Amino acid sequence: MKITRQQTETGQSGESRAPSLVFPANSGEPARRSRRPRLAVNLPLLLLSLMAVVSLFPLYWLFVSALTPSQYSLKMPPDLFPVHASFENFQRLFQYTPVFKWMSNSLLIALSVTAFHVLFDTMAGYGFAKKRFAGSKALFWIILATLMVPFQVKLVPVFKMVTTLGLADSFWGVVLPSFADVFGIFLMKQYLQTIPSELIEAAYVDGASELRIFWQLIIPLAAPAIAALSIFSFVGSWNSFLWPLIVLRSGDKYTLPVGIATIQGEFSQDWGVIMAGGAIAVIPMTIFFLLFQRYFLEGVRTGALKG
Amino acid sequence: MARPAWAVGVARFWNKNKWGYFFVLPALVFFIVFFFVPIVWAFLLSFQDATPFGGRWVGLANYRSLLKDEVFRVAVRNTTLYTSIVVAQNIFVSLAVASLIQSLSARLRTFFRAAFYLPAVTSAVMIALVWRWIFNSEWGFLNFLLGIVHLAPVRWLSDPDVALWSIILSSLLTVPATGVVMYSAALGSIPVSYYEAASLDGAGTLAKWWYITVPLIKPTTLYLLVVYTIWAFQVFEKVYVMTGGGPGWATTTIVQLIYNTGFRDWKFGMAAAQGMILFAVIALVAVIQFRYLNTDVEY
Repeated sequence: MKITRQQTETGQSGESRAPSLVFPANSGEPARRSRRPRLAVNLPLLLLSLMAVVSLFPLYWLFVSALTPSQYSLKMPPDLFPVHASFENFQRLFQYTPVFKWMSNSLLIALSVTAFHVLFDTMAGYGFAKKRFAGSKALFWIILATLMVPFQVKLVPVFKMVTTLGLADSFWGVVLPSFADVFGIFLMKQYLQTIPSELIEAAYVDGASELRIFWQLIIPLAAPAIAALSIFSFVGSWNSFLWPLIVLRSGDKYTLPVGIATIQGEFSQDWGVIMAGGAIAVIPMTIFFLLFQRYFLEGVRTGALKG
Repeated sequence: MARPAWAVGVARFWNKNKWGYFFVLPALVFFIVFFFVPIVWAFLLSFQDATPFGGRWVGLANYRSLLKDEVFRVAVRNTTLYTSIVVAQNIFVSLAVASLIQSLSARLRTFFRAAFYLPAVTSAVMIALVWRWIFNSEWGFLNFLLGIVHLAPVRWLSDPDVALWSIILSSLLTVPATGVVMYSAALGSIPVSYYEAASLDGAGTLAKWWYITVPLIKPTTLYLLVVYTIWAFQVFEKVYVMTGGGPGWATTTIVQLIYNTGFRDWKFGMAAAQGMILFAVIALVAVIQFRYLNTDVEY
């Protein structure tokens, strides 16, 4: 009897019980729209298209410039489309800079930061959402309050800590100060609160241990939120700049943003090469975003990404 | 039923406490080590003339010399100017865009949300590099545009009177992504019946927007105002990449100055004091914004 109850509840919870991660914005709009005159529909569209063009122009220009060899890029008027497209800039970038090393550094750092965020934020989110313990409210608010403190305030002390630990100019020096993340904890707590407590109770009744409940019940149930968390942790780390810039000193340990920002002095007249570096950093995130859009937008709603 | 009820209660309470702490502990240790300790440490460092090789207690000397420091004053002025213009634009444009998006079909809405969000997932450093290229005074795209309408080229980033405005311009020409997404969600949650009732009373589109939409999304506005202010005060990547704070100090912002002071001149104590001032300014502005805008909106 107990077993069947748990099974049915677990079975349906993944899809139907857990709330949709994407905001419930699309309610009741179409009925109103149909009554509007044609012009009123097209004017917003026109304005929005214009703004989208302006807003996306730097990205477009990045790709055009990355594909345009230098003899065509230093001229007026510039090529508005990549009519002389070639991979010359990329070849020179690969030849003169350790860009692949930077990429693998960035990737490794971003993956590690993501893994730590997922583990620690989900644990803490679960603790705050489903466990009642003395001081839980106070602790949660104290953690949230750290959002008020700008990151730059801690730059010097954290740098001193990392240096003292002998981690300056190393992978762990970059990763260690970003083990957990306030927004992630907040996101996981909000999401796990919506999971019915009876599910967890039922697992207890069946004699499952706390750790087993966490691994085999909570983690799978929280999968959509974990996906959102992973995505914005990954993007945030991939794009992070100030901290790696301070910690990393030797060229072969740089992340992609630090590396590309550093070569702009060397290649100051060679914009194509710099733009090629930019394109290499931007393309993976663009693809990533287009694939997992809805999780991104959920991340934004909790304020996880800057922009 | 061997044990009395209270014993079961205590045991149960202990069990719940124990596991609660277990799950929260890693994150908590992290926050203590990498947030609370550094903040207190930074506060203490700001009263020392610390360098990487140690330092001694100097009381308020760092703060006193910052108040007299011309460069710090310029940095505060630049940052405040940047913040006030960019935050005003962020709030206004994201509300306008979200309102416009709301009137579109679901498919177009998704498309535009994605289009406006895309720049935000790309590295700020790379976007700043493109802007630097767009602003290039010889071969840049903007001077090409000026050339079309027969205007003289502008030294966007190397003219001290223009450089800060160029950096502001690069922010103004980007649609604020977070704002659009959050306002969209807020607008979507306003009951349609409110608008229908207003229509029956003869309210036009603008009247409905001003009297229904704007008041009801005030909590979102407050949140965005605080968040965008905090982000704008922390502007760094753009400045570091596009001008490095120059020409002269024309575009130096507070965070750029913290970076220079701490990690170029290695004056840790001074950098800590600058950080504490940044913290104080941000906290003050956030408190004021909450004070004047916090309302309980329920619907």
